Amino acid sequence: MSRPPRQHPPTGGDGRPAAELSHWRGLATDPDADRSRAEDDSPEAVARLRGRSRALLRDLLRPHRRPLGAAVALLLVQNTAAMAGPYLVMLGIDRAVPPLRAGDPGPLAAVAGAFAVAAVTEYAARRSYLTRSTRIGQAVLLQLRQRVYGHLLTLSVGFHERYTSGRVVSRLTSDVDSIAELVDGGIDTLAAAALSVLSVAAILLWLDLPLAAVTLLAFPFLFWLSRWFARASAQAYRHSREAVALVIVHFVESLRGIRAVQAFRREPRNQQIFVTVNDEYRRTSQHGFRLIATYSPAIKVIGNVTVALVLGYGGWRVLGGHTDVGVLAAFLLYLRRFFEPMQELSQFYNSLQSATAALEKLAGVLDEQPGVPEPASPVPLPAGPGRGAVTFRAVSFGYRPQTPILTGLGLAVPAGQTVALIGPTGAGKSTVAKLLARFHDPDDGTVELDGVDLRALSDAELRRAVVLVTQENHLFGGSVAENIRFGRPDATDAAVQAAARAIGAHDFIAALPDGYATEVHRRGGRLSAGQRQLVAFARAFLADPRVLILDEATSSLDVPTERLVQRALATVLRDRTALVIAHRLSTVETADRVLVVDSGRIVEDGSPARLATTGGRYAALHRQWRDSLI
Amino acid sequence: MPAQCDGDPATPRADGRVRSLRNLWRLRRYLRPYAAAYVLLLLAALAATGAGLAVPLVVQRVVDGPIARHDEAGLLRLGGLALLLGLVEAVLIFIRRWSQSSSSVGMEATIRADLYAHLQRLPAGFHDRWQSGQLLSRAISDLSVLRRFLSFGLLFLVLNMVTYVAVVILLLRLHGPLGLLVAASAVPLFLISRRFGRNYHAASRRMQDQQGDVATLVEETAQGLRTMKAYGRGPELADRFAGRARALHDTGVGKGVLLAGASALFDLVPNLTLGVTLVGGATLVARDALTIGELVAFVSLQLMLIWPVQSLGWIIANGQEAATAADRIQEVLDTPPSIVDAPGAVPLARSAVRGRLRFEGVSFRYPGSAEPVLREIELTVEPGETLALVGATGCGKSTLLSLVPRLYDVTGGRITLDGHDLREVRLDALRRLVGVAFEEPTLFSMSIWENLTLGCPDADADQVRAALALAQADFAYDLPWGLATRVGEQGLSLSGGQRQRLALARAVLGRPKLLVLDDPLSALDVQTEALVEAALRRVLRDTTALLVVHRPSTVALADRVALLDGGRITAVGRHSELLATVPAYRAVLAAEPSPTPGLVRS
Ligand SMILES: Nc1ncnc2c1ncn2[C@@H]1O[C@H](COP(=O)(O)OP(=O)(O)O)[C@@H](O)[C@H]1O
Ligand SMILES: Nc1ncnc2c1ncn2[C@@H]1O[C@H](COP(=O)(O)OP(=O)(O)O)[C@@H](O)[C@H]1O
Ligand SMILES: [Mg+2]
Ligand SMILES: [Mg+2]
Repeated sequence: MSRPPRQHPPTGGDGRPAAELSHWRGLATDPDADRSRAEDDSPEAVARLRGRSRALLRDLLRPHRRPLGAAVALLLVQNTAAMAGPYLVMLGIDRAVPPLRAGDPGPLAAVAGAFAVAAVTEYAARRSYLTRSTRIGQAVLLQLRQRVYGHLLTLSVGFHERYTSGRVVSRLTSDVDSIAELVDGGIDTLAAAALSVLSVAAILLWLDLPLAAVTLLAFPFLFWLSRWFARASAQAYRHSREAVALVIVHFVESLRGIRAVQAFRREPRNQQIFVTVNDEYRRTSQHGFRLIATYSPAIKVIGNVTVALVLGYGGWRVLGGHTDVGVLAAFLLYLRRFFEPMQELSQFYNSLQSATAALEKLAGVLDEQPGVPEPASPVPLPAGPGRGAVTFRAVSFGYRPQTPILTGLGLAVPAGQTVALIGPTGAGKSTVAKLLARFHDPDDGTVELDGVDLRALSDAELRRAVVLVTQENHLFGGSVAENIRFGRPDATDAAVQAAARAIGAHDFIAALPDGYATEVHRRGGRLSAGQRQLVAFARAFLADPRVLILDEATSSLDVPTERLVQRALATVLRDRTALVIAHRLSTVETADRVLVVDSGRIVEDGSPARLATTGGRYAALHRQWRDSLI
Repeated sequence: MPAQCDGDPATPRADGRVRSLRNLWRLRRYLRPYAAAYVLLLLAALAATGAGLAVPLVVQRVVDGPIARHDEAGLLRLGGLALLLGLVEAVLIFIRRWSQSSSSVGMEATIRADLYAHLQRLPAGFHDRWQSGQLLSRAISDLSVLRRFLSFGLLFLVLNMVTYVAVVILLLRLHGPLGLLVAASAVPLFLISRRFGRNYHAASRRMQDQQGDVATLVEETAQGLRTMKAYGRGPELADRFAGRARALHDTGVGKGVLLAGASALFDLVPNLTLGVTLVGGATLVARDALTIGELVAFVSLQLMLIWPVQSLGWIIANGQEAATAADRIQEVLDTPPSIVDAPGAVPLARSAVRGRLRFEGVSFRYPGSAEPVLREIELTVEPGETLALVGATGCGKSTLLSLVPRLYDVTGGRITLDGHDLREVRLDALRRLVGVAFEEPTLFSMSIWENLTLGCPDADADQVRAALALAQADFAYDLPWGLATRVGEQGLSLSGGQRQRLALARAVLGRPKLLVLDDPLSALDVQTEALVEAALRRVLRDTTALLVVHRPSTVALADRVALLDGGRITAVGRHSELLATVPAYRAVLAAEPSPTPGLVRS
């Protein structure tokens, strides 16, 4: 077997080999494991993704342009009112006190009135502004969450296999959280700070041009500093997003398998691993915080040095008689108010960088093309009863390029036939099942249902027609009834019960503390493995598809229960097509036709009765099984 | 989910707010290692504020002094001072932020590691009932809320309080009555804060719980992806997700509206106070009870109060979020692990163990359910013996097995190993003696090697090879990177039989004294099964073993068989014996369906 070229060792945040961090994880067979395809390491890919993430942000904000405009207008009103306050106080002291001394309270009342109006306006504008910006921010987050979740649902099983569920969780929780941080506080400070920087800049220019020119000297430094920060922090936050994803992956996965962890005393090793990934996360976020801890005081330095320079130069100008003392004093006062909001801007920039890193990850996911795409113009299945013919035409398939599992497989199953697939583990039986359920598309050849290529069917139509029940059937949190109804969401309670009854699951469900309303807990943990399989069966039964695929779906049942299930299915599926993968010949014997699969090829094909007498593999298995019977 | 016993996802009680604050306070031990750093950064912050205030004063002095007096040397001197102060301010800010960055993140990481360690100690029963997303959101989102509070909220709370008190004292000294007036504005501020805090507290808790719900659904979706695809239930899940995301959205908006109202009020109160000061002050000046200069100074000082008060809304919000986050974290940390070493538990050395396993009147009831699953089980497995457990689906076979490595503790009677009650044996010693293969092979997305050596980290290559050979799992060497290959999540990149064989290899690795195998061959084809059986037989010869079996063919592995029915052992004996004498036994193993329906038990 040819081996893929050895991977470069993965590197940690600052380029140090992360071997000690990740050797326990083993080597992934896919170079794109753990990331979306867009997240390449090359500089172009990084730049492209960054562009994508900014575009995504714009895209998300676009529907809110009007409300955003209104919010900014309110912010203007609020700021104006806020500036008017102190001014009115000074006005009152200057202008209203002398008349008051003279016994005329009129001007004071007028100023006080104006002041009250300003205060109330500020109150109303601020309240309304904050309310609006919250609404916008939350709407953006909602939209983002739904979009990413919806997209993840369309991505193929193959993508999820290499991306892992922990990473999916990380994207939709931690990454969205860090965008929420920007949304919560960011826009507020950005708008307010930008507003005052701009207005103060105008005042400065108007006050004294030469002094303003000296102030301009600060700008190259500010620019250079910000560029450094932008680059460094983008990288830092990217690393910390990846680091937190690893924490989440380990957390989720190890707690999911807590029984194995405890039974095998894995806790110390797990803790060691967790501390390592957790510490890496700590290190990367600390690095990010230290960058802003440097950036923000550095801006302060630039500001304060500029103030001192202006003081010196302005003082010299005043001494030379080129400027008024008053102007210098005012200039200096405003200069401080010019640099103060810069601190807030730097804070905002920091949040933006962190959110952009998270957005990059999400954009990478959104950029991922579904490996098993829905057709643009789906073909409907031919209508009418008794359908469900399945054809494999020269199908070749492998999970990895170098290791084909099926090569040129041909198979025609007429509608209504029950076919049993047997063969050694690893032969490729489940692979056939997964291709028929279109979890993957063949590399070569076609899989057809009633003469239509599966790739041409809409997802809804395909899923109505074909249902796959596997060994590792998943129960979702919720009641037993909800889980059965997963097969057909519009089914009535009576239909749900009828399905359970038909499969022989009703008795045990009815005896549960809350009957059909009993919560099954996480992943159905409240039920025994066999009971879970029964619920999964009832679900498939309720779904009532044209083609039913059972992949070792009865492996955890005791023999009589298995029999019961098979009988129920046999009656219901008499006119349906069924593909049954099983190891127990009791199941196989009832099939219309048996296929023996080995190494991805069909080596025997015929009715069980015929194969039992031809002296092939099936006959050998059959004899072995007969002997084992009691 | 009804509140059943400790360890259940608790609902916040009426005294929530006080409790939350106490829970927040209880986390202070994590602050201790950073106490010195924290004091330093507080001092730096105060000093930076001072320096920041001093710069404009110096600038003013320069303008009024040397420049007005045309004193160039003085200009240079004081200008230099302003520059120096400015640099000092920046350096102090740098010190504060730098030490903050390490202490807050350090604390966050420490609490997270402790939380994880605690979760690993909590028994399977706890993990059965808690939604994984709720645990995750505690470990990630809640902790980052706490981090933000420790690095910003708390600091500014202290700084702003200090500023507020200092300014009010200065105001009182400047003018008593007017100062008192300003001080009195603390009353409405207090009232607003209290009401806001109360409402925000509830909203914040709701939001954090909803974040956990969203995380739970996302994790479930990713895990149940195949099932979702198989039934084409994407739209339904998207709806379900939309519901939860919308709930989160609504709570977020509600929180934002609360904050908007409070923030605006925190803006209004100091403004109105300023207005009153203006009117009162002007009147006083008119009556010559106050000079204009004093009034100007008073007002300028009072303006310095605006920011500390304004930021109150945000600080309270941050504080409440931290408090509810602390609450949620303590809910987990406060759940005592129920399966731990008893005081005086003995370590059982491997060499000293013969392997006689006895169930003496064992009963078991799952926490939170009324009916016991196992009742008065009496069963003995002699050293070296292999006992097969047979019974209908759902009768409690797996439950019985899980009692042996103490994944659950018996609720009645006792299990002994060579006469020692399992609860009096050191947990890690016990689990070292027991090799387990679960019904569903639990594999992690790690290398095959790491998965195999889960319980035996120091196994060498030969031991691993032997275990793999026994389980007929040599295919592992043919994977692209051999044993270093990462198996996909939950091992789903392997076929079912491959997974089961790895799990079996893992159980027998390190030659445990006691083997507990739950239906270990169910996913194997007949031929592989025969090979594994033959190999397993050699191992089972000198190991005490308890196995669950469904197929007649596998029963042959066992020396004796026990029939579990209705939570009791109803028959024990040799396979042929039972087959001949016990109809119920025959019914469970028979290939022909029994005439009575409803074999599956609850
Ligand atoms: N998702 C996957 N990724 C990579 N390899 C896989 C995946 N699923 C199965 N395989 C490999 O494909 C081969 C056939 O597996 P499968 O079809 O599941 O066999 P079985 O006949 O036992 O059902 C096995 O060698 C297995 O390791
Ligand atoms: N975590 C749990 N909480 C409550 N009941 C449970 C739990 N796990 C299993 N049960 C119930 O206990 C009974 C025995 O389950 P189990 O031991 O898994 O059966 P089996 O004999 O099929 O292995 C079943 O009726 C099941 O519903
Ligand atoms: Mg399979
Ligand atoms: Mg079981």
